[in-house]
Amino acid sequence: MPQAPTLAHRLWHLPLDASLHGPALDQHLLLNLWIVLALLALAHVLVFIGLAKRRTRTPPRRQRTIEYLPIATLALLFTVLAARAETLWQAARYTGADPSALQVEVTGMQFVWYFRYPGPDAIFGAVKPELIAPGEGNPLGRDPTDDSGRDDFISSQLVLPAARQVDLRLRAQDVIHGFSVPDMRLKQNAVPGQTIHIHFTPTAPGDYAILCTQLCGSGHYRMAATLRVLSQSDFDAWVARHRMPAMGATP
Amino acid sequence: MNPPRNLAAPGSDSPTQRSAAPHPRLTHHRTIGFAYLALSATALLAGLLLSLVMRLHLAWPDWRLPLHGPVLPEEYLGAVTLHGTLMLFFVLTVAPLWGFGNLILPAQIGSRRTAFPRFNAAAFALTALALLTLLASPFVPGGTAISGWTSYPPMSAIAASGPGQALGMDVWLLSIALFALASCIAAVNMLTTILCLRCDGMVWHRLPLTVWGWFTAALLSLPAFAVLLAALLLLFCDRHLQTGFFLPATLVVNGVLIRTTTDGSPLLWLHLFWFFGHPEVYIAILPGIGLTSMVLANFARRRVFAYRLMIAVTLLIGLLGILVWGHHMFVAGLSPFAGSAFAISTMAIALPASAEVLSWLATIWGSRPRLTSAMLFALGFVSLFVAGGLTGPILAQPILDQYLHNTFFVVAHFHLIMAMAGVFGLFLATYYWFPLLADRTLNETLGRTHFFATLVGAYATFLPMHLTGLAGEPRHYAQFTGIAGPAGTLLASTMPLQRIITFAAIFLAAAQLPFLLNLCITLRSPFPSASNPWDATTMEWAPEAPSTASVPLIVHRGPSEYSLDGQNCYPQWQPLTQPEQPE
Repeated sequence: MPQAPTLAHRLWHLPLDASLHGPALDQHLLLNLWIVLALLALAHVLVFIGLAKRRTRTPPRRQRTIEYLPIATLALLFTVLAARAETLWQAARYTGADPSALQVEVTGMQFVWYFRYPGPDAIFGAVKPELIAPGEGNPLGRDPTDDSGRDDFISSQLVLPAARQVDLRLRAQDVIHGFSVPDMRLKQNAVPGQTIHIHFTPTAPGDYAILCTQLCGSGHYRMAATLRVLSQSDFDAWVARHRMPAMGATP
Repeated sequence: MNPPRNLAAPGSDSPTQRSAAPHPRLTHHRTIGFAYLALSATALLAGLLLSLVMRLHLAWPDWRLPLHGPVLPEEYLGAVTLHGTLMLFFVLTVAPLWGFGNLILPAQIGSRRTAFPRFNAAAFALTALALLTLLASPFVPGGTAISGWTSYPPMSAIAASGPGQALGMDVWLLSIALFALASCIAAVNMLTTILCLRCDGMVWHRLPLTVWGWFTAALLSLPAFAVLLAALLLLFCDRHLQTGFFLPATLVVNGVLIRTTTDGSPLLWLHLFWFFGHPEVYIAILPGIGLTSMVLANFARRRVFAYRLMIAVTLLIGLLGILVWGHHMFVAGLSPFAGSAFAISTMAIALPASAEVLSWLATIWGSRPRLTSAMLFALGFVSLFVAGGLTGPILAQPILDQYLHNTFFVVAHFHLIMAMAGVFGLFLATYYWFPLLADRTLNETLGRTHFFATLVGAYATFLPMHLTGLAGEPRHYAQFTGIAGPAGTLLASTMPLQRIITFAAIFLAAAQLPFLLNLCITLRSPFPSASNPWDATTMEWAPEAPSTASVPLIVHRGPSEYSLDGQNCYPQWQPLTQPEQPE
């Protein structure tokens, strides 16, 4: 189960955190937030003291320490924060997913998400835009002549096993969409003409919100889906139920 | 009777006017400045009303707009698009840069004209045409564009992508193209004026920081708006000439297969747009930064702390401002290595911005300033600049942006740093320069009421948005209720804060009533203002007696020079005397 939210999470209204990289990200985010709050308070205290302080008539002496210490301190602070953030960013993004990661293709279109699983052959079948026909059960334009696509299946829910890395291939058919799972601290745009990979590891079984976070049209606000994280055995059972030959049906 | 100033109203019969302004009344920079401000006020009113409609709809989705009915999702997005476009372009760019830039800048550098008055007037005419075009867009078939002020393709390139994306989008393109053209012309005029028309003695290190703000903003405007204009042209080609600069080879939009002759990328638009878009937000705030420095120094009655460093800092903010556009694209499909590079350039900008704040704190430290309305708005600017600016470094960290991108946290950030600080800069300019603009001084009691109410309203509206953003609430959502599953639960959890934010926004709008009342009362007042009520030292306040109107203006010293005890001020137009040794 996801960890109970800490007091800091509740104070800052942060949602549950159910991914492997999430706690480190949250820790860094909270550190940033507390620092910002402290600096904001400090600046205002300094304004009030500065306004209340009596005016001196002696000519001010130039004190280089006082002039440069604050800016040097801030420079150091920003450098440390940037370096910490860079470490996390590199870990999350600089390398691709582990070869053993579960492959799922995410396709965004106005205003739904489709999730395609490659089946036992671990190869996604070819798709052709001219074959796209949601009304005929082929929303992604799967090419029936490509054998590697015969064991693919499509779901309208993203179902994943807990504690296994997943490699998402993000695509968009029409306009740019934003794939976002707040509880997984995950966000990446899906751009037409590009296939973009992101990987993460969900840690706790449960149902989580998938939101579109890039303005995509009048139905943008309702382009939501559900991420369902299951235990490995439940996931295997789900896969067995949904694996169908030829054109996959949506549950 | 006050001596007429070198800013005497155009068309007045003062000798100053006849000798100083050889141009017809319509091309006089003061006429144009007032016209720009009137245009901005119109856009501000429209943008404000749209924001209230949006807020009311978000808090109460079933609310019916009087004379209209329920707000549909596409109407909400149309309001978002119009609000952003009006506020960014026609308020935050026009009013500080072209409005007050025309009204005050020539006088502040000791000039009685701008370099190219006719070009200047043409730029205004184009800007006015751009506003009329934009305001007409809700009335075209299909309604106004719904793709936001950033107009990302393919949505903005393909008419089938939604209501308003056909004719409404073309109208938006035309409006912004006119605006970009006008801004390039106006920027050339402003830059040439500053470069060539400074009076004798107005060397670079005697320019007030306000002029440095305008100068840097105009300098940024040229490449920024030129690139925007090019991008708009390419987008137009994609829409109507079957090119594919911003479109991949094939797309299926709304069930229609679309093929282009080339294989382009929407990311190209993001690059071009944000190459314009990020400098644009500095264009909006730099004049306010400069003016805050000068007004704090004026009322603290001492020099701007580290004045020359602040000149360098202003230019550095401008320079870094054109190197950071990629921080809008951390999760847009950019290479993660590029993300790291843009994170560094963006973090770097925190340093000159911090230096500005430290200079402001040091300038007012132990100065016992007169807390006039203008001074209060300058302090409010500092407060909002700090509050909005501090969340900048958070969003500059790609890994945190991976969570916060396009949430209300971002909305809160830019509304504090750009919108609220920008508007405080405008109020500051209005209260401070009102004696020059209308020969009256605004009522102080109403001014202070206006200040405190607006400050409280601004924080009450935008601080809670950080929390809804941290909770995961995305931008551009037409409603947060009625959605199934865990997404619906997450969105609905923000509703209590939504209502608080809406109440605060209504309070913030109502807080402008004392200002309007103040304007009405003051403009009807029979009592003219003192000629230099704030003991200001910069050239726009130089008295100009009729007999000296043809005498060239001369600057003798730097801006904001006061005696140590603050009792005496030494304006820039006052010749040096032996005992005091400024500079």
